[in-house]
Amino acid sequence: MEAAQALADLVEISSQIESAVLADGEGTVLASTFGDEEKASAVAKEAIGLLKDATGPGGEPSQVQIAFLEGSVFVVRDDEGIVAAVTGREPTSGLVFYDLKTCLRLAGEQPERKKAAAGTKRRTTKKKDEPEADDGEG
Amino acid sequence: MARGRVAAAVVAVGSVAGAAALWFRRAGKSKERVEVYYADGSMVTFAPDSEEAARLFPIGRRILSQARS
Repeated sequence: MEAAQALADLVEISSQIESAVLADGEGTVLASTFGDEEKASAVAKEAIGLLKDATGPGGEPSQVQIAFLEGSVFVVRDDEGIVAAVTGREPTSGLVFYDLKTCLRLAGEQPERKKAAAGTKRRTTKKKDEPEADDGEG
Repeated sequence: MARGRVAAAVVAVGSVAGAAALWFRRAGKSKERVEVYYADGSMVTFAPDSEEAARLFPIGRRILSQARS
């Protein structure tokens, strides 16, 4: 449920991302924008294969972008899993990577921490502070 | 005389069109690449004609086609 929400937020926030799949380190799909579970699983496994094949002197990569003329493929991993996404042509790579990393982080967060983060975000978007609620003291 | 001018114009237009097509093709191809980022902050870009890109491009194409099918 947390993974599905994180992915839904990702697709809502990033207009450049056409589709995405969130999976654990073994390729088990946690959430995807594909209606087809088989397709999501195939994409997740290919993404893990991509990370392994891209392993170089610096070890296994933390993120990969393959840019084609017709679109780009992004794969980002952390300790708990991976997220793979497909975008249109010439995406803003930095923004897409940032959104994918945020998605991974949110998917791995505990519900309490996520609520706290949401509360913080809400406060920062206020134009002016609201008066403190009276707790009945005094 | 007029026929010669027409022929020259056709050759000129054809040359410009050919050069433009070649330029667009090369410019488009240069946009295809693989960028690999490592945990230590380093990043490597592989050109389409590199050995690494030859290995990784097919995987990327499979992901793209599966995602869009």
